[in-house]
Amino acid sequence: MHLIEDLRNPKLVAMRDGYGEGLVEAGKRNERVVVLVADLTESTRTDLFKKEFPERFFEMGIAEQNMMGVAAGMAACGLIPFVNSYACFNPGRNWEQLRLSVCLSGNNVKVVGAHAGFGNGTDGGNQQMFEDVALTRVLPNMTVLVPADYEQAKKMVLAMAELVGPVYMRMTKPVRPKVTTQGTPLTIGKAQVLRSGKEVTVFACGAMVYEALLAAEELVGQVDVEVVNVHTIKPLDKETIVNSARKTGRVVTAEEHSIIGGLGGAIAELLAEEYPVSVKRVGMRDKFGETGEPDELLAKYGMTKDEIIKAIKQLI
Amino acid sequence: MLPVSMDDLAEKANLLRAEVVKMLTNAGTGHSAGPLGSADFWTMLYFGGLINYKANDPWWEERDRVVLSAGHYCPILYAVLAEAGFFPKSELATLRQLGSKLQGHPVARSLPGIETSSGPLGQGISQAVGMALAAKMDNQKWRVVCFMGDGEQDEGQVWEAYLCAAKYALSNLTVVIDRNNIQIDGHTENVMPLDSLAAKLAAFNFNVVEIDGHNLMEIKEAYERARVTFEKPTAIILRTIPGKGVDFMENDPGWHGKAPKLAEAVEALAELRKIRTLGGKITND
Repeated sequence: MHLIEDLRNPKLVAMRDGYGEGLVEAGKRNERVVVLVADLTESTRTDLFKKEFPERFFEMGIAEQNMMGVAAGMAACGLIPFVNSYACFNPGRNWEQLRLSVCLSGNNVKVVGAHAGFGNGTDGGNQQMFEDVALTRVLPNMTVLVPADYEQAKKMVLAMAELVGPVYMRMTKPVRPKVTTQGTPLTIGKAQVLRSGKEVTVFACGAMVYEALLAAEELVGQVDVEVVNVHTIKPLDKETIVNSARKTGRVVTAEEHSIIGGLGGAIAELLAEEYPVSVKRVGMRDKFGETGEPDELLAKYGMTKDEIIKAIKQLI
Repeated sequence: MLPVSMDDLAEKANLLRAEVVKMLTNAGTGHSAGPLGSADFWTMLYFGGLINYKANDPWWEERDRVVLSAGHYCPILYAVLAEAGFFPKSELATLRQLGSKLQGHPVARSLPGIETSSGPLGQGISQAVGMALAAKMDNQKWRVVCFMGDGEQDEGQVWEAYLCAAKYALSNLTVVIDRNNIQIDGHTENVMPLDSLAAKLAAFNFNVVEIDGHNLMEIKEAYERARVTFEKPTAIILRTIPGKGVDFMENDPGWHGKAPKLAEAVEALAELRKIRTLGGKITND
C-alpha cells in the first residue's frame, strides 16, 4: 500500500479540508449533489462548496432534525444531499430522522459528522462525540466511513457521492498527519493492510491509523505488527480482517470512539463468530470527555501510540 | 378526470369510511378517529380534481407529491389509493398482516402512492419541505401536500420545518392540519395546548386558511387559494370531528388509537349507510 515516505515527518493537514475540497469536486462531477448545513458552514468546510455552487447550498439554521428530513425529501426527488454539522448533533441530535426518513426509507442521503472524538477539545465533553459510529452502525442500509487522513477524506467524498444509499462519514477537527498519498487507492468496504506483520494485528481507523503505524515502527525487532486501516466500519471487510487475525492470532483495535459499538465492537463481534482470538480495544473507555486540547485529552484518555504498544505487549 | 358532483363525492367519502371500518376491524388494531374524521378531505383531494396523479403510473415524475406525515391516518389513505386504482382493493384486507404491503404505518415506496415513511411524528413535514425545495430548484410545476395531525404539532421538528418553509418561500407547499382536538392522552388543549394554531402559523409567515373540514366546497376553495398564493407556503387547518360519521366514536379521544370490534363495526357500518354529509350538514336519508 502506497504511503508517505517518512512516517516520522508527516505533513499535518485537517481531514475536513480534504472533505471541503472533495465536496467541490463531487459537485463538479455531479450536478445533483447538494449541500445542507446547520449554521456551521466554515467549520465544516462547506464554505468552499457554497462559494462554487451557491444555488445548491442550503443553510438550514440550527435545526438538525429538520435538516435530515429535508435531505430525505430531496433525495426522494433524485438529489444527492450531503448533510453537515458536528457529529454530536448530526447524527446525535437527528438520529431518529436518520433512522426513519433516511435508512428505513432507503433515501440516498450522505451524513457528515465533523469534530468527532476529541475534535471539539476545549469546548468540553458536552460536544465531544464518541458514540456516533455506534449510533450509525446499528442502522440497517447504512454505510459507515472513517477516513484516516486528509487524502482519504477527499477521496471518500467522491466515492460516497457515487454510492447509492445512506452513508455516514465522521472526521476529527485538528490537523493530523497525512499518512496516505494522492495515489493510495480507496475502495469503500475494502480494508487496507498498510503494514504486514506476523505476530499482532492492529485494526485502526481515523487518526489512530497513524498512531498504530508509529507503534508498529517502535516495536520493530520486538514484535512483528501488522497494521490494517479499517476505514469502512460498515460493511466490515470480513475477509481481510479474518485473514489477518488468522495469520497473527492476536488483535488490537484502535479508534477515537467508544470501545463499545465502534470499530472495536464491530471487530470483536466478527471475530467472536468467525475466528475467536484475543482482542484488546484501545479507545474511549465508557466515559465522557472534558475540556482540554485534543492531544492532551487523547493522552489522558488513552488513545495514543503508547496505549497501542501497551495493548500489544499485553497480548504477547 | 370526469367532473363529479359534491353529492357523489360525499357519498364516496362515506363509502371510504365504511372501508376503513372494515379494514380496522379485520386488522384488530389501528386508528379509527382520525381516518374517519379526515375522509372528506382525502376524498376531495384525490377525487375532486385537486391534485395530479396517474394511478397506473404511480411514480410519474410530474405527479403532485402527497406526504402523509401523520402515519396513523394510513387506513384512509390506503382506502383512497385503492379506490383510485393504485393497487387492487382486495389488498385492503391485508392491513397490518405479516407480509402485507399495507404496513401498520406507511413505509416509503412499499406501496404505489406512498411517498414517505411515517408514524414517528413530525418527520413528513421536513421531507415535504425537501421535496418542495427540490421542485423549486429544478423548476418543476408539481406541488407538495403534507397532511398532519394536530397532536403532531407538539413535535419541535415541525416548527423547525415551518421556519424553513417560510425562509425558502415555498409557495408550492400546502400543509394540511387535521384540527380534531384529540390525541392519545386526551384533548389536545389538556395534553399540550395548541390554540391559537392559526395565529401561530401566521406568525411563522404562512398563508393560513381555516375551514370546516367536512365541507367539500370549502376544502376545494382552500386548496385553490393555496395554488394561487405566491411567496408563502399555505396551511389549511381542517376543523373536523374525530370519528365523523359514527356517532359513538365522534369526539371521543378513546377512539384515537382503537379499532372497532365486530359488533361495533356492524353498528358503525349501519350508521354510515344512513348518514350522508352534505355541505357540512348531517342529513338522514
